[in-house]
Amino acid sequence: MRGHEPRSSSSCAACKLLKRRCTPTCIFAPYFRSSDLITFAKVHKVFGASNVSKLLGEVPEEQRQETVNSLAYEAEVRLKDPVYGCIGAIASLQKKMLELQHDLAVARTRLLAHSGVSNHVSPLDNSPELAAFLDLVPYSDLMLLDGSTSLDAYLYDLGQPPFV
Amino acid sequence: MNPKRCAACKYLRRRCPKDCIFAPYFPPNDPAKFACIHRIYGAGNVSKMLQQLPDQTRAEAVESLCFEAKCRVDDPVYGCVGIIHLLQTQIQNAQNELAKTQAEVAVAQTKVGQTQNSDQFM
Repeated sequence: MRGHEPRSSSSCAACKLLKRRCTPTCIFAPYFRSSDLITFAKVHKVFGASNVSKLLGEVPEEQRQETVNSLAYEAEVRLKDPVYGCIGAIASLQKKMLELQHDLAVARTRLLAHSGVSNHVSPLDNSPELAAFLDLVPYSDLMLLDGSTSLDAYLYDLGQPPFV
Repeated sequence: MNPKRCAACKYLRRRCPKDCIFAPYFPPNDPAKFACIHRIYGAGNVSKMLQQLPDQTRAEAVESLCFEAKCRVDDPVYGCVGIIHLLQTQIQNAQNELAKTQAEVAVAQTKVGQTQNSDQFM
């Protein structure tokens, strides 16, 4: 006689969406509560339930919540920006980092010029000529980390990941 | 079988039609690219995503999907979100360093100003 698994008292969001019985060993249940249909719907739309199941199966149990968080974030961003997804966010952050590196180089050079203290020398620069150059060259003209020079197409307004 | 099947149709072991949605972006000489994207997203999801995009943006979309898929293969827990987290941390550190350095510049400028003023009265 074929055994059957007991019916769970409430289905997780995944099993609700997939219209199937949610078993006590359901891999999605701990991470997609029944009240969280939208999050699973987004993850399913981008990655597919079976791929998510495989991914979760490949990571240790203690890391599955973090995995789900990052998948949910990626899915959210991909649905908002179907062309660039998280790459848009990465490019935007790289641009910001480049701006800061430029500003820091300028500030360090000015500090050196004012104080004349050699232990403030930046590993990047220590000459008045370079300081003058950095003042004249806007960050937008500097080569970006990926070799591109224009990031307008990549700019994306992004909030903090939930787990930062 | 068409010998010029794209990498996707080769991987999926099917005929590659003339209007195959994958063919322009998955040439047969790079099978790993489709394999990676298929592992994370699945062919059906990628096909749907591409169909919803204008033609001129599909190549960029495929490249970004490939990058994210590769990040996820390399780091199954965080994927490319790990890179985002790292950049945010680096930005925070750089902002703190910049604020500190700018404060030091302000102090140094004040000291220079005070020295110049005291020289005038000597």
